[in-house]
Amino acid sequence: MARRLKFNIFRYNPQDPDSSPHTDTFHLEETESMTLFIALNQIREEQDPSLQFDFCCRAGICGACAMMINGRPGLACHTLTKELPEEITLMPLPIFKLIGDLSVDTGTWFRSMYEKVESWVHTDKEFDPKAEEERMDNALAEEIYELERCIECGCCVAACGTANMRQDFVGAVAMNRIARFIMDPRDERTEREYFEIIGTDEGIFGCMGLLGCEDVCPKHLPLQDQLGILRRKMGWSAVKQLFKFGK
Amino acid sequence: METTFTDVLCIGAGLAGERVAIEAASAGFDAICLSIVPARRSHSSAAQGGMQAALGHCAMGDGDGPDVHFVDTVKGSDWGADQEVVRLFVERAPEAVREMAYWGIPWNRVVPGRSTYFKGGKEYEKVEATEKEGFITARDFGGTAKWRTCYTSDGTGHTLLYTMDNKVVQLGVTVHDRVEAIALIHDGETCTGAVARCLKTGKLRTYLAKATVIATGGYGRIYRETTNAVINDGGGAILALDTEVVPLGNPEAIQFHPTGIVPTNILVTEGCRGDGGTLLDVNEERFMHEYEPEKAELASRDVVSRWMTHHIRKGLGVKSPYGDYLWLDIRHLGEKHIKTKLREVEEICNNFLGIDPITQLIPVRPAQHYTMAGVRTNKDGAAYGLKGLFSDGEAACWDMHGLNRLGGNSLAETVVAGKIVGEKIVEFLKGYEVQYNTAVIRSAVTKQQERMKNLISGKNGTEDVYKVRNAMQGELMERVGIFRNGADLQKAVDNLQEIHGRAKKVGLRSNGAGANPELGLTLKIQGMVRLALCTAYAALQRTESRGCHAREDYEARNDRDWWNRTLATWKEGAELPTLDYEPATETVELPPGERGYGVCKIISCDGEVIGEDN
Repeated sequence: MARRLKFNIFRYNPQDPDSSPHTDTFHLEETESMTLFIALNQIREEQDPSLQFDFCCRAGICGACAMMINGRPGLACHTLTKELPEEITLMPLPIFKLIGDLSVDTGTWFRSMYEKVESWVHTDKEFDPKAEEERMDNALAEEIYELERCIECGCCVAACGTANMRQDFVGAVAMNRIARFIMDPRDERTEREYFEIIGTDEGIFGCMGLLGCEDVCPKHLPLQDQLGILRRKMGWSAVKQLFKFGK
Repeated sequence: METTFTDVLCIGAGLAGERVAIEAASAGFDAICLSIVPARRSHSSAAQGGMQAALGHCAMGDGDGPDVHFVDTVKGSDWGADQEVVRLFVERAPEAVREMAYWGIPWNRVVPGRSTYFKGGKEYEKVEATEKEGFITARDFGGTAKWRTCYTSDGTGHTLLYTMDNKVVQLGVTVHDRVEAIALIHDGETCTGAVARCLKTGKLRTYLAKATVIATGGYGRIYRETTNAVINDGGGAILALDTEVVPLGNPEAIQFHPTGIVPTNILVTEGCRGDGGTLLDVNEERFMHEYEPEKAELASRDVVSRWMTHHIRKGLGVKSPYGDYLWLDIRHLGEKHIKTKLREVEEICNNFLGIDPITQLIPVRPAQHYTMAGVRTNKDGAAYGLKGLFSDGEAACWDMHGLNRLGGNSLAETVVAGKIVGEKIVEFLKGYEVQYNTAVIRSAVTKQQERMKNLISGKNGTEDVYKVRNAMQGELMERVGIFRNGADLQKAVDNLQEIHGRAKKVGLRSNGAGANPELGLTLKIQGMVRLALCTAYAALQRTESRGCHAREDYEARNDRDWWNRTLATWKEGAELPTLDYEPATETVELPPGERGYGVCKIISCDGEVIGEDN
């Protein structure tokens, strides 16, 4: 017996002077293997074509469709309705600027994060197109890939206690990014330089250790471990600088 | 109106667009990328398996080089490719992979010593050389003589795009995300930028540029069942077609990938078969080795997709409410392999199918995957028809893929073509000045403002845009798919013409305010149906079978009459595209011959008939 699903969806179009924030209710007959991707598109095509939401790959790999699903951040595309109760409440992610309805501006937030943590390999070496590549241990390459799997969906930011209280907190996603570059021998930054970026209250010392980030990460990244490792490293770095051992 | 000036305007911020922007910025030119999504959500990120480049470091790639890669690519294209472009590409691919390593890609590396691998369900042993330890390794992919596909687990496109975008940020290249170009600004001879719609506010803007690059990827979303992201709906190809002078190359060349999962059509990588996975039928028996004794599951994609469809038609598919399918079996590869080399596949199976590929079979069938078709350019990436307009990546028909692309050659193309075309744009820009004609700009903007006003007010009619789109997608799926024939294609053309008429009469049901999604699709629908018509009409005219284009009524590849490339343009007010033809290749390094897989029936350039009926 198919369920009749009730969707409560946050609505607001800041570009429309007649629009004010409210909740709209929609009903759908549940179908086999229905995901929120299928459900939301069905609502848009059959009930309200103005409904704004973001999907892209719809395969859980691009990170476009994060939203609050019954109060918890998650990727809508790989959320099966059968795993949810009959009444489903959808809200946009907090922290990111609202574009409209369920759609938020993650692009601007993440670009500023890359700039803050300088999310690229820092090296003085020149690329030689004629030379063989530098060697790397395969196990290390796999470890780097493990952290590189982040899809920047914003779930960890939305679930973060600190990020919800202070806008300048870089979030687990940035800490994970730094951990990825610390691990990479191609990046020649020193511990001191990393410390300059995240050895602050906007960085690793702002983390309250609530670890909502790890709970909601759709890629199951080891965020708890990385935060722990970074805190230890940066703590030592602070102590060394205090006693002027540091370089 | 907000107007932005730049030297290079890249429409699209996936790998192909960003690589061009990086080349231009590195040479001191201003570059702006427009993207309808945040750059890192571009569809490049979804490419899983890897990138072909003949490094020859791994044991099974021993003896590889650009010459072998060249032969594989031309055969894969069924001799539809431009051989000069293929040569350019294979020579530069190794350097491009190494440059990406220098920028930070964690490529998988050679691990010395003995290890086992699977082929056709059987286990074999190989020994990796100690002196190659730590160099970039490769995996096997379809249609290749050597293991040549460099990879990072099965998230290769993701790591490439993140690293490329890191480089973009480092160089300070501006990315305007959630901005969609809706028309090129041109006077019929020179392109000077684009009119764009902001997808945050809904407002129009103009971008004025000396060089404009279409790098918007493919347009699989004109088909109902596709592996493509929802953003791959033809925006860039429509920009070109709307100019009336820039042609699309080979619009009939549409690839189906053998392994989309059922029912969602999400891709699972060719790496599954490359690493030794097999295809099974309803009796859980292999069948590909019976059709293709040599290559079996690793023939080219067009060939595997056809045999799968053939096998299903014989009644050997697994029945389901979503239609018949086959099984992909990777269980024998083992938990460790799947959890390190096929991680995304494991997640997709867990999340979307609720199955564990370590112990269970994966339901698959062919789904639309790639458009070899695209904006026709010369070997420098300059579009035919308009000065100052360029294109690269899947959006372009450069044309290294001809009528069928090999797996691993698309990621490689984005990066290699991006580099080459970027270099050529830098050459083009040196000393190049352009005059911006305000009348041309105003006319382009006014035209778009009028269109939007009419769609919102319902002046043209009240057709529902989603219904029109669904009708178009269904038509292509039913009659312009893996196997084609004259009667069905004619019917598709007739029906699509009727749908084109409906597309002209769409009107909004919502108010169109701000970043209204209905308006976004409505602005594009007529262009999408025209792309569909180009596909169907060009397929109807091509009375031969080559690569992905398989005609049941013309089974032979006809090199005497059809060793050429279709060029489709659309004149305003026309009901059908204008089709012209040019030779597939001016340079012939490898004369047409047998591919070594697939049905071999050829009418040679001299008219000699080779091969028998199968």
